[in-house]
Amino acid sequence: MPSSDYDPASLPDLLPLYYRRLFPFSQYYRWLNYGGVQKNYFQNREFSFTLKDDIYVRYQSFTTQNELEKEMQKMNPYKIDIGAIYSHRPNQHNTVKSGTFQALEKELVFDIDMTDYDDVRSCCSAADICCKCWTLMTIAIRILDRALREDFGFQHLLWVYSGRRGVHCWVCDEAARKLSVAARSAVAEYLSLIKGGEETVKKVVLTDPIHPFIRESLAVVERYFPRYALQEQDILGRKESVDKVLSLVPEDILFTVYLWLQSLFLQATAKKGQYFEKEIMLQYCYPRLDVNVSKGVNHLLKSPFSVHPKTGRISVPINLKELDVFDPFAVPTISLICEELDRKKENNTESSGRSLAQKGKMVKTYYYKRTTLAKYVKYFDQFLDAMARSWKGELLRKSDLQKEF
Amino acid sequence: MQFMSRQKKLLPNSHTELYGQCLQFYGQPPLENIALSEFETFAVERLKLLKTVENLGVSYVKLSEQYTKKLDQESKNLNFPYRSGPSEIEKRRKDHISHFILRLAYCQTEDLRRWFIQQEVDLFRYRFSYLSSKQKLEFLHKNNLQYDAISVEEKKALQDKLVNSSYAVSGITVEDQDFYKVPFQDALDLVRTRKVYLKAGYVYIPHQDIVTIILNDFRTRLSKALALTARSLPAVHSDERLQPLLNHLSHAYVGQDYSIQKNVGKISLEQIDSLSGKSFPLCMRQLHQALRENHHLRHGGRMQYGLFLKGIGLSLEQALQFWRSEFIRGKVDADKFDKAYAYSIRHMFGKEGKRTDYTPYSCMKVILSNPPSQGDHHGCPFRHSDPELLKQKLQFYKVSPSGISQILELVKGMHYQLACQKYFELTHNVSDITFSLNHPNQYFVESQKVLGGGKDIKREMDTPQRSQENSDNLTLDLIRGTGELELCEYKCIFPKAKGNIG
Repeated sequence: MPSSDYDPASLPDLLPLYYRRLFPFSQYYRWLNYGGVQKNYFQNREFSFTLKDDIYVRYQSFTTQNELEKEMQKMNPYKIDIGAIYSHRPNQHNTVKSGTFQALEKELVFDIDMTDYDDVRSCCSAADICCKCWTLMTIAIRILDRALREDFGFQHLLWVYSGRRGVHCWVCDEAARKLSVAARSAVAEYLSLIKGGEETVKKVVLTDPIHPFIRESLAVVERYFPRYALQEQDILGRKESVDKVLSLVPEDILFTVYLWLQSLFLQATAKKGQYFEKEIMLQYCYPRLDVNVSKGVNHLLKSPFSVHPKTGRISVPINLKELDVFDPFAVPTISLICEELDRKKENNTESSGRSLAQKGKMVKTYYYKRTTLAKYVKYFDQFLDAMARSWKGELLRKSDLQKEF
Repeated sequence: MQFMSRQKKLLPNSHTELYGQCLQFYGQPPLENIALSEFETFAVERLKLLKTVENLGVSYVKLSEQYTKKLDQESKNLNFPYRSGPSEIEKRRKDHISHFILRLAYCQTEDLRRWFIQQEVDLFRYRFSYLSSKQKLEFLHKNNLQYDAISVEEKKALQDKLVNSSYAVSGITVEDQDFYKVPFQDALDLVRTRKVYLKAGYVYIPHQDIVTIILNDFRTRLSKALALTARSLPAVHSDERLQPLLNHLSHAYVGQDYSIQKNVGKISLEQIDSLSGKSFPLCMRQLHQALRENHHLRHGGRMQYGLFLKGIGLSLEQALQFWRSEFIRGKVDADKFDKAYAYSIRHMFGKEGKRTDYTPYSCMKVILSNPPSQGDHHGCPFRHSDPELLKQKLQFYKVSPSGISQILELVKGMHYQLACQKYFELTHNVSDITFSLNHPNQYFVESQKVLGGGKDIKREMDTPQRSQENSDNLTLDLIRGTGELELCEYKCIFPKAKGNIG
């Protein structure tokens, strides 16, 4: 597969091409400008760039899409992070009176990292992932997406592949962007079921009554558990992993463990209120969030369409309609799409562009459409279209208010 | 509750109207004249009350029988209101004034604000629990917290979900009580602990739980008010009579925060391994061991342990060397350390960013905030470890079996700091220590004292001890001069209450 030909050393050559031809700037600006409903929203947004040799620059900000483009094409950042919208332009923060420069708003974000599951996956560890453990991400997305929409009422969620070992979620609703630190932390804790660090063996404890949120999440886990845990991870296949499972079962319970038609059954002389087979399933599969990422209004998170320097993969949005077939290894790398661009150039039919240009019109050629990146940008467009409908409503409302005078 | 229709000058004889109810939101600052001695007494006594609230909150479940009984007692002793009654006017006046005085003392830093708000919210919660149902609803209305009750049909449709969302809600509750639809942002405490049914951004709260909404509101308003007060503080500091008292009040709650390094450079890096076994509290010993074993610690651990080391006297240069040499043994090369980790260590010492000199975490902070998750080793072992694992660890550290059971008993009762004190006693072979443990660095200091430390360290020990004593018996001669204080002079400092707030 061409994507496996990515070599980090080639980044300095590939990045300029990526930022000149492929990075979807107009969609990106369309997103972060949020319809222009709030003044200076884009201008007061912090970006940070990681440049060659790990040079890190914070508090970058731009007044227009054009300025952003020019700067990125000049600096060719290896990584781009998005921060908060501040009270003043971030690139002028040093001129602001101390204490008055504040982070005001930002999307509500979640970061699911496969390393946080190391104690429950046997196929990989640390930064590695494979198709067997990727199911954990699928489960995480399904559970969190449902909860954020149905329980919290959010509508505009952007799920993004981080480029290596996890996924991010950007909740872009206006209400979400305005949440306080306390509110963000409350949301993250509502969504957290796995409690405990290295010193805790049993990380999920359920008590009566079982909250509807837990029931809904369990329903998702139960759907995937037989194939994921029993087959792919084979948690009952080897003594040590069986022991691990058994360590989560209370001592004073007699039980029988058996496989019946690919399902896990733990029958026991259980007292009412003991939910250990549910607890086991949750401990193995329930999403593990880093609350600290979601809490901070000023927290910087990797930008969608940023490149991952180690793998070369582009952080692409994930279309939830195709979630079950999403393959992180099929995500285009920067070398692949640059190569695709070169190939298309050879069989070039730029005549369409030229003929329009002859009519004196400026035509922008969307080069990304010639690459595998196209479908991801298209999905991003759909996401933006849905949000735009809400911006329209907002702008109308604002102009109505003005007319009242 | 105060009545908004009456404003401006309030004469003492209108106290009956002003303090008609036993509970208030402190929306309006006091405007009368007050003797300086009364000013001081009020403040000191409220502080004692809040400290009691804090201690009880750690040792008992809030609003449990023991908790309320003890708080009743303390309120009585200190002459604060705790139940409705006609003779309570004087106590309510004291409550009102003392609250505002403490606002002056506790608005200045993030840490002080957080502490003050936490205790005031807990105090409010306790007092609110004594109100009748009708009075509770009145509160809602007076605060413009008008939420819609859902229809009977909707209640029926959601019945199962409502019952399953909260331990306190039964089928009968659903039938009998009104349920209110509240935006989730107004009920964060319920959302955070998942004690309520949440749908499409609204929580469904039974009438009996409406207190959480009010608490949230109280907390938010107080937080905003403190921020505003802080900005106008210079006016107060210019009054010589008040400054010493306010300064003293704000240090009293914590005694020592170990932010000023008294022993910089007196500890050498080679000593750390042995010190960790002898004088580190269990949480830090655990972190140190994890660091040595894995040659790495995650962010939470680096903060908790790094700040502790700063508190015991490590200089910035020593800290950098310490972390660097350990991380290099792991997967981090020298370059990466300098780029990624050195910055955050300098940040800890106040040399980067907004240059806040971070203070080492107190026990309260370690126990209550940032619980550890997968891959973490920070937190309080008595709070965050599985009892089984804790037992094994204590066995490994050669604590006697009877000692271990004593510790586990304390842990079961949620007395984490007492458990740590027991651990101190057992490992130092002393009984009945005189100090009340509330800070890991305090543990270290006391341990070094017991082990006879160096002469220098011993001398430094005396200073902290003294301020600890002082904070417990606040002397009453701090205010210079006599006479009266015109509180109305200071009303500009307190933000104007908006709307109908009692």
